[in-house]
Amino acid sequence: MNKLLKNAIWILIAALGAAAVGGIALNRGESINTLWFITAALCVYAIAYRFYAVWIAATVLAVDETRATPAERLDNGRDFVPTNKWIVFGHHFAAIAGPGPLVGPTLAAQFGYLPGTLWILFGAVLGGCVQDMVTLFLSTRRDAKSLGQMARDELGALGGTAALIGTFAIMIILIAVLGLVVVNAMKHSPWATATVSATIPIAMIVGLYMRSFRPGQVLEASALGVALLLLSVVGGGWIDRNETLRVWFDHEGLTLAWAVMAYGFAAAILPVWLLLAPRDYLSTYVKLGTITLLAVAIVMLQPTVKMPALTQFIDGTGPIFGGKLFPFVFITIACGAISGFHALIASGTTPKLLSNERDIRMIGYGGMLLESFVAIMAMMAATVLDPGVFFAINSPAGVVGKEAVDAVAKISSWGFPVTVEQMQLLANQMGEATLFARTGGAPSLAVGMASIFGSAFGESMLALWYHFAIMFEAIFILTTLDAGTRVGRFMLQDMLGNIWPKMAETSWTPSVIFTSALVVASWGYFLYIGVIDPNGGVNILWPLFGIANQMLAAIALCVATGILVKSGKLKYAWVTGLPLMWLVTITSTAAWEKIASDNIRIGFFSAANDLADKLAVGALPPEKAAIAPKLIFNLHLDGWLTLFFVTLLWLIVFDMLRVCSRYLAGKPVLPLAESPHSPSRLVEDWVRD
Amino acid sequence: MLGKLKMFWRMVRRLSGDDAYERYLQHHAAHHQADTPLGKEVFFKQWQDEKWNGIKRCC
Repeated sequence: MNKLLKNAIWILIAALGAAAVGGIALNRGESINTLWFITAALCVYAIAYRFYAVWIAATVLAVDETRATPAERLDNGRDFVPTNKWIVFGHHFAAIAGPGPLVGPTLAAQFGYLPGTLWILFGAVLGGCVQDMVTLFLSTRRDAKSLGQMARDELGALGGTAALIGTFAIMIILIAVLGLVVVNAMKHSPWATATVSATIPIAMIVGLYMRSFRPGQVLEASALGVALLLLSVVGGGWIDRNETLRVWFDHEGLTLAWAVMAYGFAAAILPVWLLLAPRDYLSTYVKLGTITLLAVAIVMLQPTVKMPALTQFIDGTGPIFGGKLFPFVFITIACGAISGFHALIASGTTPKLLSNERDIRMIGYGGMLLESFVAIMAMMAATVLDPGVFFAINSPAGVVGKEAVDAVAKISSWGFPVTVEQMQLLANQMGEATLFARTGGAPSLAVGMASIFGSAFGESMLALWYHFAIMFEAIFILTTLDAGTRVGRFMLQDMLGNIWPKMAETSWTPSVIFTSALVVASWGYFLYIGVIDPNGGVNILWPLFGIANQMLAAIALCVATGILVKSGKLKYAWVTGLPLMWLVTITSTAAWEKIASDNIRIGFFSAANDLADKLAVGALPPEKAAIAPKLIFNLHLDGWLTLFFVTLLWLIVFDMLRVCSRYLAGKPVLPLAESPHSPSRLVEDWVRD
Repeated sequence: MLGKLKMFWRMVRRLSGDDAYERYLQHHAAHHQADTPLGKEVFFKQWQDEKWNGIKRCC
């Protein structure tokens, strides 16, 4: 009876999920309620978690709950510590959830709500969650080794080197594009600039508090910091209304880009306790709090999605970024569906805390499900806006024109009516001078979140909600920027240490300054490209980031597939092999289009040639002719970089296939690096306190 | 209810690292009774430096 009831419940969930997904997919009416999206997401996640994840854990990976984990065997009371599964889940989720799942879906909403939503749901349950869970499992079986180390041990030197270079490259592009998102949100917005700047001294106060004033009192210091952050949102509004003070914070994009670079350099050389650690605490609290608040507001309010299921831009003419639905929706939404970066976390801190292999499903698979849900919420926040407003905020001036009148005329001509008055009213409500051409995703997400929060918790505070949302995104973008620059610095020091050992000393000041400057210069250059680009920069940088991130995911899946085959599990290799094939397909197609397309909004080289031709015949206005040589060089650089990424990807895929075919032919391959079985001695109750 | 709140509070402290020193003392008492444990300030400095050495945050 009991079993029958359980089956009946699961059949009901499956039917409900199918109905909701079908409803979303087939709806062609004016609007659709967000409740459909939440239902579809929760049912898909529940089914996948209950059946697919259980099957992978039990049959493909064969997790063994009697086997001692690295946390138990190597327990040192510091980084290796057997930890309660909910705590590990919290750490893992806080580490994987960054700004990526918020920005990607917002940009991809230019295709309509449907393609992005389906990719977020099915990409996550079949790809992203599997990658995270399998990587976590493999690392747990190998003394919590990193992805790069596992690639070296299991595939060979080529795989290991590729993983290292891939990680470094993605870090550089990631920081540049996130920097661009922040710059576009602060451009000529004294309120946003003042609030975001205030987060720096606030982080330092918190750092000093928990280092010197009350050492180790993390929660006290954090509470103080969060209070100060909220105060800075209000204070920013006060500065904005003060005529003398507001000019101090009213800047061009380029000035702000230099400031972001200076900040990144300072953050990389200052001690962690002063800036990086406290900022990380604050951003984690604000992030978890805001995501929870957004979920509550959406469930309470159930706003209506106004964006159509599909827009005409699936043909590749979209204003935010050029390129057809296939493959560009899959490149644009990386985090939220599948993110290679997660493999670095799942093979880093998390396996050092895991007390039992049985929890791998909940932490690896479940953590990614929650991230996917964040991406769904971002998609909802972007699509509840009037499509006309959405496009007015996100379309760069280079596409729709600099003047408000031109922009609204152009956007309305696409069939998304919007007026200058409507945009002005919205800007006034949000406490901004203008909301036109704020490409990057952060401002439109902030407007979406502000209108959702506003209707749920009080309309009068729209401007506060808007700047709170901007602060929320900026604070963890800057955290990624700090942490990424620092990690990049360590990686570079490590690499240069092979040539000159003294460079590898992480506390040798000349090396610290040199490598930090080099890392900042690398991402700073791409940030600079993005800021001076008349088409908003996102069109160039976001696809590069997507390609790099998917390439890293492909590396992780190559390692996983190779190990599955080497473990004699060829018949299950499709579990990671199919997502891998899909990633290789979309990454290669996207890279090919970015390199070879004749369309100047897609192909890097054709855009460079077009610009060069126009420059030669003098068809460019003087201010554009002045920067044209730089733009041409940048486009070439981007094109070569894309080619480099895709070559690296194919090298690893062939290396993995080489190892697999040698194994299947009975030839010698590198042995499995799995650490030997030792029985777990942990008493159940002790760990699960 | 009170028990649940206490458990929640324990989890918040654990996740944030607020109780890191207490856990260190426990570990020390269990495994290294011979030598004296570090003071709170020194321990916290080491803990913080270790914690932020490596890839800790994602995109």
